[in-house]
Amino acid sequence: MTTLIILSVLPLVLLYFGLYKANKALLPVTVIGLLVALGFAVAEWNNGAQPIFTGMMLFDNFSVAFSGITIISTLLILLLSKGYFEKISSNVAEYYAIILFALAGIIVMVSFYNMVMLFIGIEIMSVSLYILAGIRKNDFASNEAALKYFLMGAFSTGFLLFGITLIYGATGAFNLEAIRNWVIAHPREIDPLFHTGLLLIIIGMCFKVGAAPFHFWTPDVYEGSPTLITTFMSTVVKTAGFAAFLRLFSACFAQISDFWAPVLVVITVITLFIGNITALYQQSFKRMLAFSSISHAGYLLFAIVALGAASASSVLVYALAYSIASIIAFGALILVQQQSGTDSFDSFNGLGTRNPFLALTLTIAMLSLAGIPLTAGFIGKFFMFTGAVSHYKIWLVIIAVVNAIISIFYYFRVIIAMYFRTGEGNTLTVPAYYTFVLGISALITIVIGIYPDFISNLI
Amino acid sequence: MTVSILIFLPVVAAIITAFIKNGAAKHVALFFAVAELAVAVFFLSRFVPDASTQFTVIKPWIPKLGIYFTAGIDGISMVLVLLTTLLVPLIILTTYQHQYKNAGAFYALILFMQAGMLTVFTALNGFLFYVGWEAALIPIYFICALWGGENRIRITIKFFIYTFAGSLFMLIGIIYLYLSSPSKTYELNDLYNAAVTAKAQSWVFWAFFLAFAIKMPVFPFHTWQPDTYTEAPSAGTMMLSGIMLKMGVYGVIRWLIPNAPLGFLQWQTLAVILSVIGIVYAALIAFNQKDGKRLVAYSSISHVGLIAAGIFSWNLEGVQGAMIQMLNHGINVVGLFFVWDIISRRLNTRELANLGGIAKVAPQFATAFLIITLGTVALPLSNGFIGEFLLLKGVFNYNNWIATVAGLTIIFGAVYMLRMYKKAMQGGTNELTVLFTDITGTEKLVLGIICVLVIVLGVYPQPVLHISEAAVKNLIDTVNAKFVDAAVNNIR
Repeated sequence: MTTLIILSVLPLVLLYFGLYKANKALLPVTVIGLLVALGFAVAEWNNGAQPIFTGMMLFDNFSVAFSGITIISTLLILLLSKGYFEKISSNVAEYYAIILFALAGIIVMVSFYNMVMLFIGIEIMSVSLYILAGIRKNDFASNEAALKYFLMGAFSTGFLLFGITLIYGATGAFNLEAIRNWVIAHPREIDPLFHTGLLLIIIGMCFKVGAAPFHFWTPDVYEGSPTLITTFMSTVVKTAGFAAFLRLFSACFAQISDFWAPVLVVITVITLFIGNITALYQQSFKRMLAFSSISHAGYLLFAIVALGAASASSVLVYALAYSIASIIAFGALILVQQQSGTDSFDSFNGLGTRNPFLALTLTIAMLSLAGIPLTAGFIGKFFMFTGAVSHYKIWLVIIAVVNAIISIFYYFRVIIAMYFRTGEGNTLTVPAYYTFVLGISALITIVIGIYPDFISNLI
Repeated sequence: MTVSILIFLPVVAAIITAFIKNGAAKHVALFFAVAELAVAVFFLSRFVPDASTQFTVIKPWIPKLGIYFTAGIDGISMVLVLLTTLLVPLIILTTYQHQYKNAGAFYALILFMQAGMLTVFTALNGFLFYVGWEAALIPIYFICALWGGENRIRITIKFFIYTFAGSLFMLIGIIYLYLSSPSKTYELNDLYNAAVTAKAQSWVFWAFFLAFAIKMPVFPFHTWQPDTYTEAPSAGTMMLSGIMLKMGVYGVIRWLIPNAPLGFLQWQTLAVILSVIGIVYAALIAFNQKDGKRLVAYSSISHVGLIAAGIFSWNLEGVQGAMIQMLNHGINVVGLFFVWDIISRRLNTRELANLGGIAKVAPQFATAFLIITLGTVALPLSNGFIGEFLLLKGVFNYNNWIATVAGLTIIFGAVYMLRMYKKAMQGGTNELTVLFTDITGTEKLVLGIICVLVIVLGVYPQPVLHISEAAVKNLIDTVNAKFVDAAVNNIR
């Protein structure tokens, strides 16, 4: 709870900093604030938490773990922001403030114990993101991204809200426990209100996590937004979306998985193929990452399709692995883009000689995204596959394997460009902040890949 | 002393070598490779050649999922550990005449790959086996793609995708076995006892078979191999053909057949036939090759086909023949690729048509080449002979007719290998080959060692056969007992 209060107050403080033009203090204060929030989150670990505020919120280990990794990812992203926001806008304080507001919404999303709080959390996060996507007011692509995101997001919120309403109509409750009890009490009954509501919630959540066929906003929004905001959207926001998705379904609907699992299986398969095959044809690295994020949503859906005791730790490991690798990829993209001016694959040509460190970290990130052993990405995929095979969804795993093979083509395209092609351009210097963030991220990727036990045992 | 030292010494060596600047990197790498050989020899001296697993290490890794760092050496592993630790220093020696760009990274990758392969050969946990399997693949991909020939980018990605695809299917198979295993661990003994129906074993067989058949490669999964062997730098080709393909053979013996015995029984005939088709098919293509390195690549498919056929026959002669032939093939093929490396480095060509008469100007080189060639065509008293003899006997025990076709390898092998030798070494010299200088220094050393091994193992192969015999016999008995169980259950 303290974490949430800190994250709500901190942005207000930052806005005052902006008012008094104390731009130099913004980043240090944000970082310190986030570290304090992280500390308070960790302090709630294993406290045997009970629902608070008449069953509105529950800060259990699930919530602590996901709060932890979203705060850490945000920290890494904000460290990359030194000097970035100043270049694209004069209102720097707003960036920090709005990102932190979104993070506050995310904490609500991973800690809700009541459908209302889920909705409020998603809205706090989404509204912040609409603004962030369009924050470059004079840029055409940024405007397009914001408008598209807002329209699509508003739609999906509508679906979600409608779903919640219908479920309330059937069960008479917003509280997760009450809904679960209703489900257990009506095992074989098909209630039109309830089941329609459930399907609408699935649609709403799939919109938010960018699963196909509700993914159409993703590439344009990711491409149009400033790269750091894209990083935030594709890592932290996606993690939060899946955490909320999983929390809702494992708390309420686990007993009737026969009803909704087939729907999600279809969505998963479509998501995997659309994400991977479209990513194959991209010439822009940034757009490739956008589509690859869709395909990773497909792998993450495995945890919900094969809902079980291990789902939470699977999502945790996968989301962390994916977030960290994506932060490296986007961080490298920002540097390369600054030098060459484009975000095409060709701009990575010869990076292996232009900056060996950057090339090495990006290689580790790509191997992790592709799911090669000894990186975190493999452990994530391994957990997902194990869960699915244990539910005897072997065909789904085979489809996932085919997609993993397809993904090699576009992830290795970057590696090939960096090492095996020669590019023009001089040596590329990496600022100290970037060295720190990319180095730490690469290290975390390898450490989780070799010894995942410390993270997978959290929940 | 446990096998973890064997696995982690090359990792440490790789990290150190990666930071060494160009000139000294090869010496450091050689030092560590020889040290690793010394460790292996020490293990050999303490090794008791019975069916037990020795020098075992068990450490919890992800205990919640039944994943342990379990590795050990039995007779089957010992032969392959010896092969790996023996060939890596030789391969590093063969690169002494090359000046590689970023030599530190090159040798680091070779040592890292060695660690991955030793993990595969000693792992007794399914997860560890898979990790080692992939950990060996990444370095060789970079070795081929960074230091390879002109078409390397397209060809190496094909190679990577092929092998990665195979191994992912194997991963599904391993996970499936794990979920059916009695105490829910990835430990090999637990997987052996997994309760899997004959029908499910049938596809578990294919999940593993794809991975191993691509790696060896068995016809028709071989299409990546000739291109990759040709384009890779010669040290990479030697690592691939000398050691890495044995990962596939070893996988069949230890992981495929014992894990899915009933599945194997259903597909045994097909597997043997595919292997034998590979023998004949690759030999026929080898007849017409113009490029020496490519010819050796096809000969390798042919020889591995025989090894595979011997294993799939699944009797003591066949599997024992495969064990010794893995060692012999490793030694011979490294020798052959080194010979072609020497020729192409001196003359800048590997075209058989441009060569001839080298024997006149370089007698020492010619002698070594001849000894290795004869070893490859399995002349009695050379190392290839005992292996091919046992393998053919094994296939013969399985089926006379198939064995007759497989026996063509003796004739075909002699034809294409001797044709290669004749075109390259005999006849008159031309303006190119007359400048050929005889071998010196490290070249002499490497070829000398290989020739000695060819002859010694040919005359007295018993010590090697003895190492693996008890373990192989035990494994075959275990699997055959399962066949009997299944048959009894069927009758009931």
